[in-house]
Amino acid sequence: MTEFLQHLVNGLSVGTIYALIALGYTMVYGVLKLINFAHGDVYMVGAFSGYYIAHALGAGDRPTLPKALAVFVGSMVVCGALGAAIERFAYRPLRARPRLTALITAIGVSFLLEYGFQLPSFGLTTQPFPPGPTPRFFPQPFARVSWSLGGVELSNYDVVSFAVAFGFMLLLQLVVYRTRFGRAMRAVSFDAQVAGLMGINVNRVIAGTFVLGSVLASVAALLVAGSRPTINPLMGLMPGLKAFVAAVFGGIGNVPGAMVGGLVLGLAEEYVAGYLLSSYRDAIAFAILIVVLLVRPEGLFGRVRAEKV
Amino acid sequence: MRIARALPLAVLALAGCPKQEAPAGPQPILFGHVGSMTGNEATFGDSTDKGIRLAVDEQNKRGGVKGRPLAVKTLDDQGKPEEAAVAATRLLTEDKATVLLGEVASSRSLAMAPIADLDKVPMVSPSSTNPRVTKDGAVTRPYVFRVCFIDPFQGTVMAKYARDTMKVSKVAILRDVGNDYSVGLADYFAAKFKELGGTIVADQSYKAGDQDFKAQLTAIKGKHPEAIYVPGYYTEVALIARQTRELGMQQPLMGGDGWDSSKLYEIAKGALDGSAFSNHYSHENPSPVIQDFVKAYQARYGSVPDGLAAAGYDAARIAIDAIQRAPEVSGPAIRDALAATKGFQGVTGVITIDADHNAVKPAVVLKIQDNAAHYATTINP
Repeated sequence: MTEFLQHLVNGLSVGTIYALIALGYTMVYGVLKLINFAHGDVYMVGAFSGYYIAHALGAGDRPTLPKALAVFVGSMVVCGALGAAIERFAYRPLRARPRLTALITAIGVSFLLEYGFQLPSFGLTTQPFPPGPTPRFFPQPFARVSWSLGGVELSNYDVVSFAVAFGFMLLLQLVVYRTRFGRAMRAVSFDAQVAGLMGINVNRVIAGTFVLGSVLASVAALLVAGSRPTINPLMGLMPGLKAFVAAVFGGIGNVPGAMVGGLVLGLAEEYVAGYLLSSYRDAIAFAILIVVLLVRPEGLFGRVRAEKV
Repeated sequence: MRIARALPLAVLALAGCPKQEAPAGPQPILFGHVGSMTGNEATFGDSTDKGIRLAVDEQNKRGGVKGRPLAVKTLDDQGKPEEAAVAATRLLTEDKATVLLGEVASSRSLAMAPIADLDKVPMVSPSSTNPRVTKDGAVTRPYVFRVCFIDPFQGTVMAKYARDTMKVSKVAILRDVGNDYSVGLADYFAAKFKELGGTIVADQSYKAGDQDFKAQLTAIKGKHPEAIYVPGYYTEVALIARQTRELGMQQPLMGGDGWDSSKLYEIAKGALDGSAFSNHYSHENPSPVIQDFVKAYQARYGSVPDGLAAAGYDAARIAIDAIQRAPEVSGPAIRDALAATKGFQGVTGVITIDADHNAVKPAVVLKIQDNAAHYATTINP
C-alpha cells in the first residue's frame, strides 16, 4: 500500500509537469490548428534562463525566497518573450500558407533552439552562453525538508510543485473562461475569420496565446529543475513529445483535457515502470497515443467538429 | 549573378593554393584522440585528453619517438556514437593519424572500431570495458586494443566485494538499457553474484538522459535490497543517488568505472556516502609510479587525476612504447608491436596484452566517504 501511495506521489509530480507543458500545445492548437513542436524547447529555454538568472543573482550559494521569486518571474518573462518572438517571426509570416508549411517550420524552430544551445560558448559572459551540450546543474532554490508519512516520502518540493502547478492551472482556467482576453481567445479558436470581422485583434490574441503557453512551460521547467537539477539543451525533447501525447489524449484544443491528460500520462508511466517493466516507461506514452487515435481520435474531452467546406 | 558564379571559383582557387610547408624538421607522428569533450560525459573526454597530452609531452621532452616528435589532435564527439564515427574517419582520412586513441565509453568505441580495422590503423581504447570492443563475435578485431580490464572481470570484482566485504546477499540492479557498457556490466555482476550465493531481488532499467528515477526506485524499495548496483555514468548515477535518499532509502549504491568523475560528488552532495565502485586505479596508492604521475598531473593541471586520466596516460604510453619497438612507423608494424606488449609498467598496473587485445591487470575498489572516493581494496584477476 505504501508503495502504491509512493507511486501516486511520484506519478502526480511527473504528471503535473506534463500537464503544464501540454497546456501550451493545446492552447496553440486551439487558436491556430498548429502543433507547435518547438514548445518542448521553450521549456528547455525556461530551465536555462532560470539557471542564468540564478547565477547572476548568486542564488546558488545562499538561496532566499526573494531570489527564488526573481528567478521564477525572470524566467517566465524570458520564455514569454521567446514565445511571442517565435510566433511573430516564424509562424505569423506563414499563417496564410498550407498548414504543413507551418508544421515543418515548427520542427525547424525546435532544431534551431536545441542545436543553437549546443554551440560552443561565445565567451562573453561569466556563465558560458550558449551552454553547449554538457549538462549544467541547476542551483537549489530552497532547502529541502521531507516528511515520512507512514513510509510515503513527501518533501516540501513536492508540495510547492503541486501547489504552483495547480495554482497556475486554475489561473489559466480563469483567464480562458472569465476574462475578455479568454473570450477573444475562444472566439478565435472557434472561427478566426469571423472573430476578426467582429473586431477582435486576431494577431494580438494569437501572440497572447503563445506568451501564455510559453510562460506555463517555463513554470514546468523550473519545477523540474529545482528538484532534478541536471539541465541540458535536449532536455525538452522527451517531455515535449509526451506532453503532446497528453494533449492529444485529453482532446487537443481542450484546456481541462490537457490537464487531465498530463496527470493520467504521468500516473500511467509511473505505475507501468513501478509494477511491470521499467524499460516500457517511454513506450507507454506512445502506446496510449496509438490507442487514443484508434478508439477516440478526438481525445477524452475533444469534440468532433464537422469540417466546414 | 556574375559575382555569385565567381565566388565558388574564387574559393576553389584559394583552396587549391599549396599550403605553407611546415618548417624544416621531421614530420610529427600524429595521435588522433576521439573523446567526449562536451556532453553528458564531458569529464571523461577531458580527463582522458589531459592524460594523453601529459604522456605525449613527456615523451617529446625525451626527444620524441624514432627522432620524430609526437603530436595530438583531439576531436569532440559530444558523447554521441555517430559523432565518434565521424571524428574517427576525419582523423584517419584528413589528418592521417598514425594511432587512434579513444573512446572511453564502449558504445562510442564500438562505433570507431570497424573504421580503425578498415583503414588498418591501430586504435587503443583507454577505458572501454565492454568485451565486444575488441572482439567482433568470435573474431578478435585485428587493429583494436585496450589498456583496461573488461566487464566480465569488472562485474566479478564488484560481486566479490559485495559478498565478501559488504556482506550483502540481496541486491537490486538499476541499469541503463541504452548503454552497451551498463547492460554488460549488470549481466556479469548478476551472474557472479548469484554464483557466490546472493540473490538479485529486482532488475530495473532507465535510459540515459532521464531525470526522474523515482518509479524504479520505489519499486526497488518495496523489494528491500541491502544494496543497489547501478553500473551507469556519473550524471545519472548522481541523480539516482539523490532520489534514492529522497525516498528514504539508506542502502549503499555500487557501480563501475563510469562513476569516476568529480561531477559525481558535485551533484550527489553526499548522497553517495557509504557507496563503492570498481575503478582502474586509486590516486591514494603510495606506489612511486602512481605518485610520480599524480604529481606531474597536478603540477600541470592543478587537479587530482581520476581513473580516466590515468587510463588515457597509459593508452598513450603503450602506443608510444609500441611505436618505439615497431620496426617502422606503419599501421601493421605498430599493431604487431602492440599485440606483443608484455609486462608494461603503467600507472593503472602492469599491463600485458592478451590474445583478445585486452589488458590483464587488477582492479581497485573505491569507497565513498565524506563525498570523496577513497581506496578500499585491490582485486586481482
